[in-house]
Amino acid sequence: MDLLDNLALGFSTALLLQNVLYCFVGVLLGTAVGVLPGIGPTATVAMLLPITFSFEPVTALIMLAGIYYGAQYGGSTTAILINLPGESSAAVTALDGHEMARQGRAGAALATAAVGSFIAGTVATVALAVAAPPLARVALRFGPAEYFSLVLLGLIVSIALARGAPLKALAMIALGVLFGTVGQDIYTGTPRFVFDQRELYGGIDFVSVAVGMFGVAEILRNLENEQTRTTVVSRVKNLWPTREDRRRIVAPILRGTGIGAALGVLPGGGHVLASFTSYAVEKRISKRGDEFGHGAIEGVAGPESANNAAAQTSFIPLLTLGLPAHPVMALMVGAFIVHGITPGPNVLTDEPALFWGLIASMWIGNVLLLLLNLPLIGLWVRMLRIPYQILFPMIILFAAIGTYSLGFNAFDVYAIVFFGILGYILIKCGCEPAPLLLGFVLGPLVEENLRRALIISRGDPTTFITRPISAILLTLTIAALVLTVLPAIRKRRETVFTEEE
Amino acid sequence: MERRRSFPDLIAGGIFVLIGGAFVAGSLGYELGTPLRMGPGAFPLLAGAIVAALGLAIVVKGLVAGEVVAFGPVPWRAVAVIVLAVLFFGFTVRGLGFVPTSAVTALLTTLASSRVRPLVAVAVTAGLTLASTLIFVVGLQLRIPLWGPWLGF
Repeated sequence: MDLLDNLALGFSTALLLQNVLYCFVGVLLGTAVGVLPGIGPTATVAMLLPITFSFEPVTALIMLAGIYYGAQYGGSTTAILINLPGESSAAVTALDGHEMARQGRAGAALATAAVGSFIAGTVATVALAVAAPPLARVALRFGPAEYFSLVLLGLIVSIALARGAPLKALAMIALGVLFGTVGQDIYTGTPRFVFDQRELYGGIDFVSVAVGMFGVAEILRNLENEQTRTTVVSRVKNLWPTREDRRRIVAPILRGTGIGAALGVLPGGGHVLASFTSYAVEKRISKRGDEFGHGAIEGVAGPESANNAAAQTSFIPLLTLGLPAHPVMALMVGAFIVHGITPGPNVLTDEPALFWGLIASMWIGNVLLLLLNLPLIGLWVRMLRIPYQILFPMIILFAAIGTYSLGFNAFDVYAIVFFGILGYILIKCGCEPAPLLLGFVLGPLVEENLRRALIISRGDPTTFITRPISAILLTLTIAALVLTVLPAIRKRRETVFTEEE
Repeated sequence: MERRRSFPDLIAGGIFVLIGGAFVAGSLGYELGTPLRMGPGAFPLLAGAIVAALGLAIVVKGLVAGEVVAFGPVPWRAVAVIVLAVLFFGFTVRGLGFVPTSAVTALLTTLASSRVRPLVAVAVTAGLTLASTLIFVVGLQLRIPLWGPWLGF
């Protein structure tokens, strides 16, 4: 009964007072930024990361994880109430959820989303606890050649799942990898692309990249056309779904959980894909298919469960392989490293309390979210009335303070200007910022493992295809690359994403 | 398919070509090494070349069958003010100290919106300065002096 022992260890860590407290702070902040349009979990985690440096590692990670899945929760609230998905994965929820709100059933929709998310989160946490250790054991046998191929696969798959033109996503990844090479070379210590600035020797801080690309650029986007946000928020009453509703949501919640748990493992926006897939599935198998888009409760229950389950299982590649599946995960890799822990299979054996504590905290976080969301829904609704004119100076100021406090280095602050402007221009040209951040975090890993593998093989590049695991991973990488670039498939992918939008 | 030229595609591709090219040029100044022992220049050279090549592909695609992306208006005022505010923060936080720097940064930032009234801007500035001082300096014990040496204390 290893699993039970491990979970007991996890809960004894996660239930420590300070961990519960910061878990609460995390999910509270997460819900808030999920509700507020114009700031997402990536920018929030990036801004708060410096603060967590003084915490115990497990406490820091519990709080950051809480922000991530709390935001998934909060995003659905705005999607339902004002048809404004705070998070991309909540876009599907808006379809039927907002329709329900317009029919005066906002309460039932919110309750369904909350209950569905809770069940999905619970199941997915168990899935995480069961699946992670065996995967980590496999990953322990990986050498540099396998790691190189694995990271490459992760990067390529992340474009296959992202929205937008694949060519641009590919270029964004490569650009991220390129920016990752700034700073001292790991093997020779040669400073690269530092323009004789001592401050750049340590490389560009990923917090600056994330705050610039996801915070500053996003604010500039929002200031393009300023309109008074519609404050017509439907009154929420009658939270509890009717008996008929309860009967109708059971199966979609379970199916959504399964779909989400499976797809969440995929790198790069698996939770977005999960909610879209779940919606498509529910629509196809429902006997009331024509109700979808007109307030079908299944259309809220399925995708909401799927997206929350995926939010939990996307921690699997992070905890077992050290591979981030989402920009927030990429920041968490940074958080691990700051605390002197190399994310990857070793975390499980070296830091069992941290590993299991983090997993257990996710379940506790889900309970807290349920308690926070249903009774306090009125508070979240009121938060929507905060005018943007107050919000964006706060984000800019906190971003500047947060990045400065990283290392009391003004260069980190200037870097957010650079990446903010660059990100703004690129986003305007149809490039997504998420692949760049993934490339930036994973780029140094690609280089390190490539060079190490070549040293081990005495300069023989065939090592990547003669070692079986590496060969399989590279084959998958090429397959993923071909699939994304092939126009016919790309078209179908676009229809999957634009359908019903 | 209809041939359409896409202006955003050209800009995006151009940026990739420019940055990729700059890194390629820069990496040639470092030792490239051999496959067995790759020098510090080899990997950036490879990555830079890929970025430049992809950028070129985006440019070509933008000329022939570009993606229709609405570029939309640019909030020049917001861009200028926010850049100025953040640069000001980085430049003066050590000299002026936390409180004055935060206040000026917040005030500058509020000006980014064309719809903000002066009174609101002042109120927001005061509130944010107080809040950030409480959160970061009092609450989180950030080691930045409240008033810096430039002010003569």
